[in-house]
Amino acid sequence: MKKKTTGLEAVNGVFEISLGVNGAKRTFAVKNTEFLLDALRRYGYKGAKKGCDTGDCGSCTVIFNGKPALACLIPAFTAHGAAITTIEGLGTVRDPHPLQEAFVEAGAVQCGFCIPGMILSSKHLLDVNPEPSEEEIKKYLDGNLCRCTGYVKQIKAVKAAAKKLRGKGRVSGV
Amino acid sequence: MDTKNLKVVNRRALKMDALGLACGEPVFTDDVDLNGMLYGRILWSPYAHARIKNIDTREAERVPGVKAVLTYKNVPRVPHTTAGQGYPEPSPYDTYILDNKMRFVGDRVAAVAAETPEAAEEALKLIKVEYEILPAVFDTFEAMRDGAPVIHDEEDSKNIPDAKHNIAARFEFEVKNGKWFGDADFVVERTYRMPYLQHCAIEPHTVITSFDHFGRLVIRTSTQVPFHVRRIVAQALKMPVKKIRVIKPRIGGGFGSKQEILLEDVTAALSLKTGKPVKIEYTRRETFISSRTRHPAAVRLKTGVRKDGTITDAEMDIVLNTGAYGSHALTVMMCSGSHTIPMYKVKNNIKFTGRSVYTNLPVSGAYRGYGATQGFFAWESQMDIMAEKIGMDPVEFRKMNYIRLGEGSPVFKAMGEGREGVEQVITSIGLYDGIEAGLKAAGWQAKKEKYKGQTGPVRRGLGMACMMQGSGIPEVDMASATIKMNEDGSFNLMVGAADLGTGSDTILAQIAAEVLGVKAGDLVVYSSDTDLTPFDVGAYASSTTFISGNAVKKTAEKVRDMILAVGAKILGRQKEDLRLENGRVVAKDGASCGLSEVANTSLYYYDQHQIIASASHYAHTSPPPFAANFAEVEVDMETGRIKILDYVSCVDCGTAINPELAEGQNDGAVLNGIGHTLSEEMEFSANGTPLNASFRRYKIFNTADMPPIRTILIPTYEPNGPFGAKSVSEIGINGPLPAVANAVYNAAGIRLFDAPFTPEKVRAAIKNSKGKK
Repeated sequence: MKKKTTGLEAVNGVFEISLGVNGAKRTFAVKNTEFLLDALRRYGYKGAKKGCDTGDCGSCTVIFNGKPALACLIPAFTAHGAAITTIEGLGTVRDPHPLQEAFVEAGAVQCGFCIPGMILSSKHLLDVNPEPSEEEIKKYLDGNLCRCTGYVKQIKAVKAAAKKLRGKGRVSGV
Repeated sequence: MDTKNLKVVNRRALKMDALGLACGEPVFTDDVDLNGMLYGRILWSPYAHARIKNIDTREAERVPGVKAVLTYKNVPRVPHTTAGQGYPEPSPYDTYILDNKMRFVGDRVAAVAAETPEAAEEALKLIKVEYEILPAVFDTFEAMRDGAPVIHDEEDSKNIPDAKHNIAARFEFEVKNGKWFGDADFVVERTYRMPYLQHCAIEPHTVITSFDHFGRLVIRTSTQVPFHVRRIVAQALKMPVKKIRVIKPRIGGGFGSKQEILLEDVTAALSLKTGKPVKIEYTRRETFISSRTRHPAAVRLKTGVRKDGTITDAEMDIVLNTGAYGSHALTVMMCSGSHTIPMYKVKNNIKFTGRSVYTNLPVSGAYRGYGATQGFFAWESQMDIMAEKIGMDPVEFRKMNYIRLGEGSPVFKAMGEGREGVEQVITSIGLYDGIEAGLKAAGWQAKKEKYKGQTGPVRRGLGMACMMQGSGIPEVDMASATIKMNEDGSFNLMVGAADLGTGSDTILAQIAAEVLGVKAGDLVVYSSDTDLTPFDVGAYASSTTFISGNAVKKTAEKVRDMILAVGAKILGRQKEDLRLENGRVVAKDGASCGLSEVANTSLYYYDQHQIIASASHYAHTSPPPFAANFAEVEVDMETGRIKILDYVSCVDCGTAINPELAEGQNDGAVLNGIGHTLSEEMEFSANGTPLNASFRRYKIFNTADMPPIRTILIPTYEPNGPFGAKSVSEIGINGPLPAVANAVYNAAGIRLFDAPFTPEKVRAAIKNSKGKK
């Protein structure tokens, strides 16, 4: 199998792809049947979670070329040349992103399994709409399922983060 | 007692693991990679009821990379229960690691471990199985008839009360103080139904088994019950407990589905066979089909009521579908009565009859609410029906009859969990305040007026429901904790309690910090590792705050004593004149020393010893939390669509140790209950094959669907709880079904008995009610 534009070629069903992950250049060896979520997790980006593997829960959300995408639905080899942000790239325990802080402060994290995906979706929402209404937040996050919180405090967290980010004049964090 | 002087408890404290989770730290079961780890896969039965005539694994074993293939032929056969309950478990011993009989579509046929997932998948395809297909039964009432297919016809199962009639558990109880319904002006008899429901924790159940440097089996698992996992795996694999260590990392939600041995036994068997680490993770489809579900229920409730509002008689008859195995079959069934009947005073006669019945469908188990959800749908709908019969306001009717402070119920003593219960009286209750707060927040009075006499195609209405739950299982549940002091005046808190995302690590630290006069952050919490933490039954039955919380409080009090003893020496004062405050030992006369001085003195300078203590807690009561829920709905009379416009949930959980986390528990329980009410239902084909085992087809609520939910905490002080606390995690799920059913009746004049309330059912009820007029 050949990709004309990239010159990517599989050897024994394995592609070697180059991509940017959280600002670093990486090379992944990925099977032609593999999806991006499995590749990311295999290369240590465990923040992308596998909740369903069928594109229904949003736990695997990453920022793919500037937009939130479900890593479990993206054939890994198509990420050749892509720029990806995972939750690890948004902020860390030492230096968290305002959204991560806002989720903690609002009590929006219970089991936490859905949270990386929820935060990355929220990040993009605030990038394109720094002052979303409650209805806009609800509409935008409808692809990120959570069974613990009833979403009440998560919506509060996104509102609080929006306020904080506007105050800082910092909209695009990454 | 009150909470005015508390410094850490009942105050805001950030959930201590929240930031790590929000940053995607690798803390869940599946987030570690072990060298040489094999991938386990399971072959599932395609038939609802069948016997393996022949199974040939030779070809599967020859697939390159395949290291083990297990069938019933090469694993120990030990009847056990998968229910993670206190020992001896009240559930029947009717399950085997692998068996030659298949009892539902999704039952285990064989297990494979291979070097790659692809090889494991390939091997599954090459296992040749010849089945004798047996007649199957899916309906509980059919299953109880003479001549129905017998699902557990094996001879070695234990504690099945009537295998021939597929009865996995039964219980009866009667209090008789007169002629049945002799004193009633009205008798209401209705049957309420709930379907198969799945927990839908976003993390699928995952297990990694490996060996430590002593060759002991290490089970890393997303479980609510690490100590029960250790015991049951030891039993099923005929191993000594000392050869097993169970580690509970962060858990991605459980809601009861992980109060169960789901994959631990078979993953361990694959590791034992290969000598290598093995991982099995459920797919979402497998989670739906082959983990656990809520018991589908048919609850027949017959009640008598007098015109003056007295409830005279209550006869509750519940039939639960336990599916292919009897996990939690007896206990969920008993809780459907024991958690609901005591809610209101019944003057004369009470009767409870319960049966849990095997069918060839997925296995039911523990699910948040644990029978009370099914029971309260019936009770709280029936309360409105009775109120209407006697022409009384439903709120007033409830206020007149609910159990009061100091009152007991014959049910508490008669019905425990799987055995006799414990006599108790109510020692705290904030239901009146909860009802008042809810009426106000919901705008009940004004809206009820406004919505009278609607005739349009879209009608609005309000409904309410009250409920209770328990706080642990009295005289069954036990928890323990250990606290040790470090040089800088910090502490390690080791608890068996299994934080599964609820925040229990944080609230237990708050309890310890309150006693020790430090900040919650001065406690380093490590929870639930069978090698390193003391025993705890686990996270279920709303027990952690009440039982584990008390254990932590007692432990901290012991440590406080030890600190004061050292402080007395340092300060040259009497121990009795000392207290702990702001990280210091403070004497009455104002002299003080820091905790780090105490720690260093004890560790390095004088009468050297480690300040460390352990304590356990075991309770003789299970103080119920109480709640009042209020729903405002809109019913489209043409499409049958119900929309929830507003939902108010007032909860008396005693002292909320961490108000924000308590609210979060309730918000989540309520939305889960709303899903049960409007959309959730597992569907099966005529031959028992699950039809909607995915998030795409089994609809749980997302942000766009959710109605406004407001949780209002109603403070009370429970004298038996740590700093006045009771439980909060389960109760909220019991409200939406009856509150919405009552609101729909108020709006549209139709009564719904069969959950979920889909537009089809609503349209049918509307059509039916028009036909009657």
